[in-house]
Amino acid sequence: MTRFLIRRIVLGIITLWVIITLVFILYYARPGVDPARELAGRAVTPQLLANLNKEYGFNLPVIVQYWNYLKRLVPWPGAFNLGISNNNRLPVTTIIAQAVPIDISLAVGSAIIWMILGISVGVLAARRPRSIWDRGATVFVLTGVSMPTFILGLLLLYVFYYLLTIHGIAIFPKPGSWTPFTQNPLEWAHDLILPWITLALITAATYSRLTRSSLLETLGEDYIRTARAKGLSERRVVYRHALRSSLTPIVTQFGIDLATVLGGAIITETIFGLPGLGLAVVQAIEVQNLPVVIGIVLVASFFVVAANIVVDALYAVLDPRVRVS
Amino acid sequence: MSLSTVETKAGATPGEEPAVKGIQGRTPLQLVVARLRTDRVAIISIVVIVLIIALAIGAPLIAAITGHGPTDTNVDNGTDANGQPLPPGSAGYLLGTDNLGRDILVRIAYGARVSLLVGVLATAIATIVGVVVGLFAGYYGGWLDSILARIMDVVLSFPYVLFAIVLVSVFGSSLPLTILVIAFFSFAAIGRIVRGQALSQREKEYVEAAHSLGAGNLRIMFVDILPNLVAPVIVLATLLIPTAIIFEATLSFLGLGIALPTPSWGNMLSDAEGVGFQAWWFYIFPMVFLLLTTLAFNLLGDAVRDALDPRTERIFAGRRKKKPA
Repeated sequence: MTRFLIRRIVLGIITLWVIITLVFILYYARPGVDPARELAGRAVTPQLLANLNKEYGFNLPVIVQYWNYLKRLVPWPGAFNLGISNNNRLPVTTIIAQAVPIDISLAVGSAIIWMILGISVGVLAARRPRSIWDRGATVFVLTGVSMPTFILGLLLLYVFYYLLTIHGIAIFPKPGSWTPFTQNPLEWAHDLILPWITLALITAATYSRLTRSSLLETLGEDYIRTARAKGLSERRVVYRHALRSSLTPIVTQFGIDLATVLGGAIITETIFGLPGLGLAVVQAIEVQNLPVVIGIVLVASFFVVAANIVVDALYAVLDPRVRVS
Repeated sequence: MSLSTVETKAGATPGEEPAVKGIQGRTPLQLVVARLRTDRVAIISIVVIVLIIALAIGAPLIAAITGHGPTDTNVDNGTDANGQPLPPGSAGYLLGTDNLGRDILVRIAYGARVSLLVGVLATAIATIVGVVVGLFAGYYGGWLDSILARIMDVVLSFPYVLFAIVLVSVFGSSLPLTILVIAFFSFAAIGRIVRGQALSQREKEYVEAAHSLGAGNLRIMFVDILPNLVAPVIVLATLLIPTAIIFEATLSFLGLGIALPTPSWGNMLSDAEGVGFQAWWFYIFPMVFLLLTTLAFNLLGDAVRDALDPRTERIFAGRRKKKPA
């Protein structure tokens, strides 16, 4: 188990290193690139360029620059430094710290909805294969899988915000509304309902499909027949015996999805104007605000890589066969 | 290991032999086609796909008939007297015009070209690369497998939407780059499956037989093993097409895919978002076509999977009469 974990962590660190290095090459060492010019953003002056060259050492050999770049990203007090945004001169860590609560709020709310919705639809379908419920679930899954997030988001905005509002029923807030949880929990939920539903409906489809196939497989096992032969109620058989062991693939999927949202739900945030990591990175890309782009890419990658490790460890705990291979 | 394979193999052989007289032998392909033909959903999705292909191919024809190019702003009659866009059904503009007076029908048709081109080409590249990488990794094993498998693991745990956005922002948006980026983030999904299959196939007797006949490694990989992997690869590839189409639409929606003024369904929606919800027809047509396309490919992919694997229960297919054995 320890060996397994160490291997996954090493692989995770390698993944992070590859991403960090790719970002370095893309932004600082690509042939024909002038990083000082890119970092300077739109308001370029020779003075600023000279300062940047001095500050970041762009005149040094690439290898030395790479080394300095890596050193700044080592998570060690004193060494870690993501730089300063060239829009508003705020430290990138501050910008990220301001955006993360939005992503946490998005992730928590939508995850609750998509887990409940996805698993219930999957269970419904698996309990009566080929019934009308199963067909309905298949339609739900295929629509969810085929639906681009931005279309669902725009549709929800159109129907629940625009149409209702022009008819005088202003129930849902306009895009760009955001209230911190600590300020007013009700308002917080109110502002996030549509983004939550958008993310949840798209994601739930995968969970229904996973739950259905996994539960169907488990229901065919011998120990389920034994449980039924003992005279247990169908409800008890399905929920206590079968569902519990079919949730393993869902746990892994959940870890990855949660981390992806935490690292910035780019589309949802863009459509609903939520100032999380996703919107911040899109805006930073538009104005070539490289320190912010790099900072957010690193944070988002870290979430995904960390989730992969946690999920693999969980999988090993839940399914002993994994540990051996 | 090899002993048990031999035993199960030997046990299974008599059942596989269709020795009953009076039954015509059918190739696996014929079987699949026959199964697909009884599947109403498959037929409908094929019809939809063919219609959309026709729309894409016929785009210049539609432009010629209407007299409007995809980027013409039709200053004379594309807007009403107040300079407002025309709603659907206006004279000469079946689906209306956008805020610049461009013909939405023509833009939809040209957008279909982009979507299909990106979907099919990105999938083709991803499939070819994935198959080659997966075959080499699975067949040779050892250090080559370790390296290739790690690379695929790393690619699969990238926060890919974010990274695609970064790549496009660095190199500027273009059609070839969009295709390459999508292919890059998709090949690992196919590669991993092919690797797993190749790992098990190389232990089979027919590979040993080919070896003893003096076949080279390349020949064994691509002539002997590959045909056995066609079924899963076809299914994965069919399901990859809608994913690639959604990916392109998402990038274009964020202004990072197909550069304006070239129409794609994604950037038409991004244009529409800039205008507001008053002109619903800016939204509805790109949405409907995008959804129809992705749904059709997903349904077809599911149908092909069912047709290739006779064991899967089919949810939607009409009750087929059991053929007398």
